[in-house]
Amino acid sequence: MKIVSCIKQVPGSSEVEIDPVTGNLIRDGKNAKMNPYDLYAIETALRIKEKVGATIKTISMGPPSALSVLNESLWMGCDEATLLTDRKFGGADVVATSYTLAQGIEKLKDFDLIICGKQTTDGDTAQVGPEIAEHLGIPHISYVDKIIEIKENSLIVSTTMDKTEEIWEIEFPCLITVEKGIFTPRLPSYKRSRDFADYKANILTFKDMEDQDEGHYGLKGSPTQVEKMFPPSKNTDKEIWEGQDLAEIMFNKMQELKLL
Amino acid sequence: MGRLKVNQDKVTKEHAEKLIKLCPFNAFDYEDGKLEINAGCKLCKICVRKGPEGVVEFIEDELVEAIDKSAWKGITVFIEHDGNNIHPVSFELIGKSQELAKVTNDKVNAILFCEDASKFTDEILSYGVDEVYVYEHKELNHFDVQKYTDCMEDYITKYKPSVILYGGTLIGRSFAPRVAARFKTGLTADCTILDMKENSDLIQNRPAFGGNVMASIVCPNTRPQMATVRYKIFKMPEKVKPHGKVVNMGIDFELKSKLKLIEIKERPKEIDISEAETLVAIGRPFKTEEDIKMAQELADLLGAQLAVTRPLIEAGFADATKQIGLSGRTVAPKLLINLGISGAVQYTAGMLGAEVVFSINTDKKAPIFDVSHYGLVGDVFKIVPKLIESIKKVKGM
Repeated sequence: MKIVSCIKQVPGSSEVEIDPVTGNLIRDGKNAKMNPYDLYAIETALRIKEKVGATIKTISMGPPSALSVLNESLWMGCDEATLLTDRKFGGADVVATSYTLAQGIEKLKDFDLIICGKQTTDGDTAQVGPEIAEHLGIPHISYVDKIIEIKENSLIVSTTMDKTEEIWEIEFPCLITVEKGIFTPRLPSYKRSRDFADYKANILTFKDMEDQDEGHYGLKGSPTQVEKMFPPSKNTDKEIWEGQDLAEIMFNKMQELKLL
Repeated sequence: MGRLKVNQDKVTKEHAEKLIKLCPFNAFDYEDGKLEINAGCKLCKICVRKGPEGVVEFIEDELVEAIDKSAWKGITVFIEHDGNNIHPVSFELIGKSQELAKVTNDKVNAILFCEDASKFTDEILSYGVDEVYVYEHKELNHFDVQKYTDCMEDYITKYKPSVILYGGTLIGRSFAPRVAARFKTGLTADCTILDMKENSDLIQNRPAFGGNVMASIVCPNTRPQMATVRYKIFKMPEKVKPHGKVVNMGIDFELKSKLKLIEIKERPKEIDISEAETLVAIGRPFKTEEDIKMAQELADLLGAQLAVTRPLIEAGFADATKQIGLSGRTVAPKLLINLGISGAVQYTAGMLGAEVVFSINTDKKAPIFDVSHYGLVGDVFKIVPKLIESIKKVKGM
């Protein structure tokens, strides 16, 4: 089986603040890491490989520094890595990001199964996976939390809905996004990190894409625009207590409000 | 729209270092005296506004072919149901749409895919929608992303809605991106505030970058504009005297799918924090079983459920059904007590509907106090045990 897993490098800390005076973004630390939800996607691919045999290619779109997360995927057990990087890909929203990834995946030739994490911790949209599936014209199932059976031409999976558990059969080629907890991700192997010490990831830029219309990538290919950023609204009608006897103050207030 | 241009002749090493430090997205690379912008760029333009003058320039593109916005009309709400009951988020969206539609004096419509529309249409009309577009077929009774997307495509092509809103449910978040990609149009996930411009552009506000920032997002050059909104972000509207009508859409195309639903299993009913009237929520300082026991005791005394923040989910203390926040559940209890929670927007966006909010945190500057009614600057592990004692006393325990 041929599996592709889409991964992303995200900021190490999700704490971004906005300076209320200057309106600047303040992002502490630049310790980028792999999107934690992608670890589950990679682990799912590795389990399928162990069960029925597979090659696993990981793909990412981002700056050259994103090579580090691709390397990590190789050390975990994936076979090949591809980075889509170009200034023309910058400023991409969900549509442009998923389109670029779909174009990149087409360059990897055939695949049976694409596995994505359920969302990223920086964008938190959970939309890129389903949009890749649509661009490629293949079915998808989001939030898979169990792989029940791997068949010749399809996969049987389960997803947990609000009140029910649903079992679906999905024909290859297809895309799934997986829940946290589907499997416990393994750590990268030191041995593999040495085996891959000289490995050069496949780098694809705009020139390598089949679709050469710049208007479909990056900012130009993004229908959404960020008009402005602003700090969240504050509740001005509030009481703040400091000092001693805070428990008593809170207790009295709760009684006064008839909350007890 | 536009792009950034680096004026290389003005770049010095100091400039490059300054810009690299300034950029929140790590989007500058400096090599061999050349400063390049990489794919990490989000075009926030901080480098233009706050960077060394003239080094990075924003070049406005010529206007892309403008679409005829007047050809796209009305706000349409996707009605989500489980075959028997409509998800209440659909009605919340209808209520919000009616506010938005006043700005443009536009219609509010609903779209329904199901086996038997008569089960649902009266209820939908009772919230005052103008038209309910119905695709009726036994194969549409249960959500299938491929069949639903084909039907939505048919509807969009025929009726050109300006806006489509979806509940930010498991179904909505799988379905909406599919439709967005098919029409190459914008979709904003988990909006917490929606506004309408007079030119029919929908202003979609959501927490950005997982942190303490809100972003206003618009989709000025494509239609339909689409957004998902979590349950309980907007208020349930009142019922009104119905005035709308049902429009039956014929299905003159084949309903195809490469997905097959094999089985639906009922799950044991979980206590869902989104319906709770009282919640005690705990954050990062809660590290041991003992810590959590203390919070649980307070919750039990108040008849409350215990909820958590994302770090506790990641630490494995609870599952996501107990998590407040945009990546967990949105809650609107009568009383919420936040213990040791700093208040990232990701969290606060999920609790803005709470009626009374108490928060205890040692950091006076913690943003949680900005969304609380009563704030206590202090150590939860000192305050809560005393509070528990007082409550026990008044309860005669």
